[in-house]
Amino acid sequence: MAAVSSFFRVKPAPARRAGFAHYLIVAVLILAVIFYAMPIYVMVVNGLKSKSYMTLDQMWHLPRGLAGNGFPAAWDALSPNLMNSFKIAIPATIVSAMLGALNGYLLSKWKFRGSDLIFTLILFGMFIPYQSILVALIQTLQWLGLYGHWYGLVVVHIIYGIPICTLIFRNYFANVPNELLEAARVDGAGLISAFFQIMLPLALPAFVVVGIFQFTNIWNDFLFGVTVVFDPANQPITVALNNLSGTNSVDWTVVMAGAVLSAVPTALLYIFLGRFFIRGLLAGSMKG
Amino acid sequence: MATASQVRSQEIADLATVRRGRISLERFLSPLLLAPSMLAIAVFVYLFIGFTAWVSVSQWGTNARNLALSNPLLKTYADMFGQTRWQDDLRNTVVFTVLFLAMSVLGGLFLAILLDQHVPMSGFIRSVILFPYALSFITTGVAWRWIFNPQTGVNQLFNDLGVNALLAHFGTGPIQPAWITDPNVIWQINEPLRRVLPFVAGWHVKLGIPMAMVPVTIAAAWQLSGFAMAMYLAGLGTIPGELKEASALDGATTWQTYRKIVIPMLKPITISVLVILTHVSLKIFDLIFAMVGKGPGFATDVPGIYVFDKMFGAQQYNLGSAASMVMLIAVAVVIVPYLARQLKEL
Repeated sequence: MAAVSSFFRVKPAPARRAGFAHYLIVAVLILAVIFYAMPIYVMVVNGLKSKSYMTLDQMWHLPRGLAGNGFPAAWDALSPNLMNSFKIAIPATIVSAMLGALNGYLLSKWKFRGSDLIFTLILFGMFIPYQSILVALIQTLQWLGLYGHWYGLVVVHIIYGIPICTLIFRNYFANVPNELLEAARVDGAGLISAFFQIMLPLALPAFVVVGIFQFTNIWNDFLFGVTVVFDPANQPITVALNNLSGTNSVDWTVVMAGAVLSAVPTALLYIFLGRFFIRGLLAGSMKG
Repeated sequence: MATASQVRSQEIADLATVRRGRISLERFLSPLLLAPSMLAIAVFVYLFIGFTAWVSVSQWGTNARNLALSNPLLKTYADMFGQTRWQDDLRNTVVFTVLFLAMSVLGGLFLAILLDQHVPMSGFIRSVILFPYALSFITTGVAWRWIFNPQTGVNQLFNDLGVNALLAHFGTGPIQPAWITDPNVIWQINEPLRRVLPFVAGWHVKLGIPMAMVPVTIAAAWQLSGFAMAMYLAGLGTIPGELKEASALDGATTWQTYRKIVIPMLKPITISVLVILTHVSLKIFDLIFAMVGKGPGFATDVPGIYVFDKMFGAQQYNLGSAASMVMLIAVAVVIVPYLARQLKEL
């Protein structure tokens, strides 16, 4: 995790660094910030506008006051789907994190013949295009009576979350010294009690990383949401937002406000717990 | 990485368990506890892929489920590769992947190097650049759809900023690209390519750059270049400062130091970034679906959208499955060597 902490390393203030090159760098970075923030500006500003003021040539203007109808209308249209997304993402995140913790512990501290190969076969599951499992998935969910319901999506996200959660926990536990486990075993702890008494308490940071990263992944899913759930009342926020955006009769200030609403939970996690999010991101690319 | 200390600790652990007579139990406990996850992945990943592969060579081309094999076996694949739309999709994937990788990898590296230069508020700048990565492609696609709408969006911004007034001053017309509504395919190479490879004459696809793909690529690079930047910043942090100082003492300029020393040292990061972003690009679906969909004349259609359309629109399950198998194979070509290398390092 040395690489991760370096992302946040605060560089010492330069002793004497000025000149044209330095100002050029700062200027380029300011332009970059404007570019990266621009779509966010478009969403927020237009979400705040009122339909009566809103014409296409005013897209870049600031709103006149905060009394626009965008957010109230978007809330009315989308709040049930926001709740669905919470109902899907929270349990799915918790269960796949627990499975990942167990798998990661076993695959790092209790290796057996072929366990590295099994780990690699599990990992492959996080890279596949999910289009290539959809036909069988939908048939299976129908057979299990889970098709078309938000709780079917919970099951789907738990299973397809196993690879990434296993990866993050395996890399985390691999860095826990074996001596800790040995000491516990000398004291008579078995495989399971060592997991609960020694490893789980140590794994709190990994749980935060996996929790944030998986919550974000599940919240942002669209493909499973749109194919597994057909009933609009059961659909997650991404699907509902896309439906809203595709309806021509809907005022587009409402669509922009809806886009902001759909982003709020993951944006808040990113703003307040960004460093854990980045750990998940870097661990997900296997350079833990 | 099974080091000597791991082997030794395993021996000690084994010894401890032998004394307690638990070894037979615990040897089987680890695979036993892994079994539920292993089973879930075996079924939901590998078995399901197998089923899709079967459907792709079956006669299940309508609403009525029919798993009888088609004759010839690869008929569906042959039909698909003969379609102009699928050929367009393959072209679009190549164009999108090349443009998207160029923009996000070079952009990410460039931003990471700039942020490595003792600039004020660099933490804030990093956070802003990586922020889009935390949002869903649907959220951002909805916004980009309006930004690249030719009636408003960037074209309106050109007006607001006075760019078009300035151009009019010089007697030039306003900049009004059609963006996501542009059906043109520029820089077509069918004719020169046909002279070298005669079979190209049988292709329906216009081999060139579909203009509507450009705004889509910009949106994708906007969203994922932060990932490349974060990876490069992590890598830059592991390069000792002494190395750069030594290079500077030898008279190298900053540019030379980066080009000759730092960037080559970042090669493992570059490989990871390329592999991850290529596989994202081969799978791209949500962003394009929310932003444009198929686009004018399939200008922005990609395999992900094709599969969705064929399976859930037309209910031609064999065709959709065949397309998804091509996606899977393309991803596997990129990912399997990468995973195999990781396995060796375990």
